[in-house]
Amino acid sequence: MADKILKKLNIKVWRQNRASEKGKFETYTIENISQGSSFLEMMDILNNELIEKGVDPIAFDHDCREGICGTCSLFINGRPHGPDTEVTTCQLHMRKFNEGETITVEPWRARAFPVIKDLIVDRSAFEKILQAGGFISVNTGGVPDGNAISIAYEDAEESMDAAACIGCGACVAACKNSSAMLFVSAKVSHLAKLPQGRVEAKKRARNMVAKMDELGFGGCTNTGACEAECPKSISILNIARMNREYLVARFSE
Amino acid sequence: MSILNSKIPEGPLAEKWGNHKGAIKVVSPANKRKLEIIVVGTGLGGASAAASLAELGYNVKAFCYQDSPRRAHSIAAQGGINAAKNYQNDNDSVYRLFYDTIKGGDYRSREANVYRLAEVSPNIIDQCVAQGVPFGREYGGLLSNRSFGGVLVSRTFYARGQTGQQLLIGAYQALNRQISMGNVEMYSRHEMLDVVVINGKARGIIARDLVTGKIKRFGAHAVVVATGGYGNVFFLSTMAMGSNGSAAWQCYKKGAFMANPCFVQIHPTCIPVHGDQQSKLTLMSESLRNDGRVWVPKKKEDAVKLQKGEIGPNDIKDEDRDFYLERRYPSYGNLVPRDIASRAAKERCDAGFGVNGEGKAVFLDFKYSIDRLGKKVIEARYGNLFQMYEKITDVDPYKEPMMIYPAIHYAMGGTWVDYNLMTTIHGLYSIGESNFSDHGANRLGASALMQGLADGYFILPYTIGDYLADEIMVPKTNVNAPEFEEAEKAVTERIEKLFNIKGSKPVDYFYKKLGQVMWDYVGMSRDAEGLKKAIKLIQEIREDFWKNVKVTGEMNNLNPELEKAGRVADFFDIGELMARDALDRNESCGGHFREESATEEGEAKRNDELFTYVSCWEYKGENKEPVLHKEELKFENIKLSQRSYK
Repeated sequence: MADKILKKLNIKVWRQNRASEKGKFETYTIENISQGSSFLEMMDILNNELIEKGVDPIAFDHDCREGICGTCSLFINGRPHGPDTEVTTCQLHMRKFNEGETITVEPWRARAFPVIKDLIVDRSAFEKILQAGGFISVNTGGVPDGNAISIAYEDAEESMDAAACIGCGACVAACKNSSAMLFVSAKVSHLAKLPQGRVEAKKRARNMVAKMDELGFGGCTNTGACEAECPKSISILNIARMNREYLVARFSE
Repeated sequence: MSILNSKIPEGPLAEKWGNHKGAIKVVSPANKRKLEIIVVGTGLGGASAAASLAELGYNVKAFCYQDSPRRAHSIAAQGGINAAKNYQNDNDSVYRLFYDTIKGGDYRSREANVYRLAEVSPNIIDQCVAQGVPFGREYGGLLSNRSFGGVLVSRTFYARGQTGQQLLIGAYQALNRQISMGNVEMYSRHEMLDVVVINGKARGIIARDLVTGKIKRFGAHAVVVATGGYGNVFFLSTMAMGSNGSAAWQCYKKGAFMANPCFVQIHPTCIPVHGDQQSKLTLMSESLRNDGRVWVPKKKEDAVKLQKGEIGPNDIKDEDRDFYLERRYPSYGNLVPRDIASRAAKERCDAGFGVNGEGKAVFLDFKYSIDRLGKKVIEARYGNLFQMYEKITDVDPYKEPMMIYPAIHYAMGGTWVDYNLMTTIHGLYSIGESNFSDHGANRLGASALMQGLADGYFILPYTIGDYLADEIMVPKTNVNAPEFEEAEKAVTERIEKLFNIKGSKPVDYFYKKLGQVMWDYVGMSRDAEGLKKAIKLIQEIREDFWKNVKVTGEMNNLNPELEKAGRVADFFDIGELMARDALDRNESCGGHFREESATEEGEAKRNDELFTYVSCWEYKGENKEPVLHKEELKFENIKLSQRSYK
């Protein structure tokens, strides 16, 4: 099956040299892109053309290109990770685009994710939230046998569903309030669903939510945009679960 | 016979690690607080080491080039992690895991290291469960296992097709906890560009802040390099785009020997290359070979029709399908080790039986398992992999077989380390994929995760104490020492040199050329003539690079092109050393196949008389030939035999 070639595309992209400088959109034209190529491969080709012309290439975050590391982060044609479902930008392929189309590429837009350069944003706020409690307090060594505590199949599966979060930030970018509730609740659920994580569940929810609020993320108004755009289909049921943990924690204070 | 001292403890194999732990020095809690350790890289090895060392009380500084430690490429490991738990009652044991690993590595690894790896493997699973890793479970609530290539038992633990992700998140959570407690200073978006050696001891690193472009100095009492493998020297590989060999290469240039650099693994089940716009290859987990059957057409005319797109795989009847792995290796079938499966695929494709337009693909078919177990079961086992395959290829693998082809995946070779995981530079350690120690000439599936975590959780935290116990009176490293001054100057000059070339071609132009040479001559099949040619070609491309590369942007700003230029510049040197090493090793073993050394049936033929050694390369300076030292491998417990998976 030979892939079709897109003869011409216009790429309208956000350029901003550094955080302290003003940014603006620039439009570049690119030719002969195979529909079998990934979106980022198209960006590579565009960048190499820009270099040959002496233009600074477009900076964008990317690494594994397998949809698992969560590094890539583009807002394409108004959607986080572009016009496909359940994919990250690196797994988005050019067959989702049409001949002659103008493709608009922006960074994640959120107060808590300031732009570093072009399409790269600073997501260290996510790190701070996880450092506030996204772990189980055990040291290396001295732990019981892996089979010492049975875990119901369904609980392990539900925990895994939440643990699949890749921390890309699409949920924040998709939300009109720039809320991080889906991200935070995924970690809270992942650990609360396991007996090992139950011990600190209340404290964890309380500390992570407090940190999230402090860092300038917005509140949740149940639009469900986060779930719809999440490349790993993390469910908003996790948000309900986190709210419950959080309330219980507040009442038991 | 050589200056290398592997420090393998005396005594019976099963008692070596225990005796060694008893014999090595320990640092008191009060003194640990005075000592600083730098850990570079935050994959399974680096994150687990940084967290464990900080828990012990050391002051740790951790570095990664990614924007978060969670993004290290360990995250992409899919299928699972081995451990000798024998939960399945299928006669698994520490000895069996040890034996499988030595045999799988084609008898080119150290017995003592591999035995220790098998010995600590059960602890890893316990640790991960305690951290909240949601491993797959049976309905009764106990941990579930699957099988992997090269073994006859089920000892692989998994979290769907995202085992690496879940294990890394476990280690990352432990790391985050130590960061929040102030025991680890985390430097994300920082890239190590040199190691600083003072009076023969590693005392720190030079790193570039990738956001501001600033060159910074960091001092410590010991440095741990956990920066993974150098597979990206091939341009197209399953590695992350940023994965590189530069940190290890700087260590090499400062005196750490590189061991077995020619041993790289070619993974049999990757999505085939399409066209010429591709930037990387995607792996499909080895676990798929549990339930998928590999085949090509029996008749050449069917293959030709497939290549032309005139028929589809489902048009070929069962009796016209050649399940070549089952045919050639009846006892292991589709679960032969990776090197063997890869070569068998290449053999069929070279013979004209390839099934895609380029003739470079074979089928991995789930029809038989779906018929036997139902779609639901297959979906539960491999759902995310099937989804990934469909997104990339636009083909539904529930309805049509997957197309796969071998690709570069892992580096067994790496920095030489002794039993304590210390390199030939005192106080410089190398762990995980970046060292050479456990996998010989071929790594078994699900063993990379095991080794990374074994090193980081259970080996390095013990062995590093033996060195640091003598450092307790040493004050904090002075980063204004002349050695730091010099190293920083060299790093800055190299960056300026790259900018000043002002040539006409982007880095990728040279990088792709290098990758092609590596794949053609230092890839799945090698011979003396080709390797000599490769060395010459690499030298030519490198010369061209240093004359004609164009690096845009600013030094004092975020600049991905500059980062890439530095890494690719090192890949030329790494590639050349790999070719030299492959040329020296005139035998076939594991992933290293020399055409001059094959059996009549085309299987790899080892030469134990001449090559039962680890090749250790010593850097002698720019444009000088490196010197080869040999660490002889002694097998006291296992009898060497030609591998057979028939």
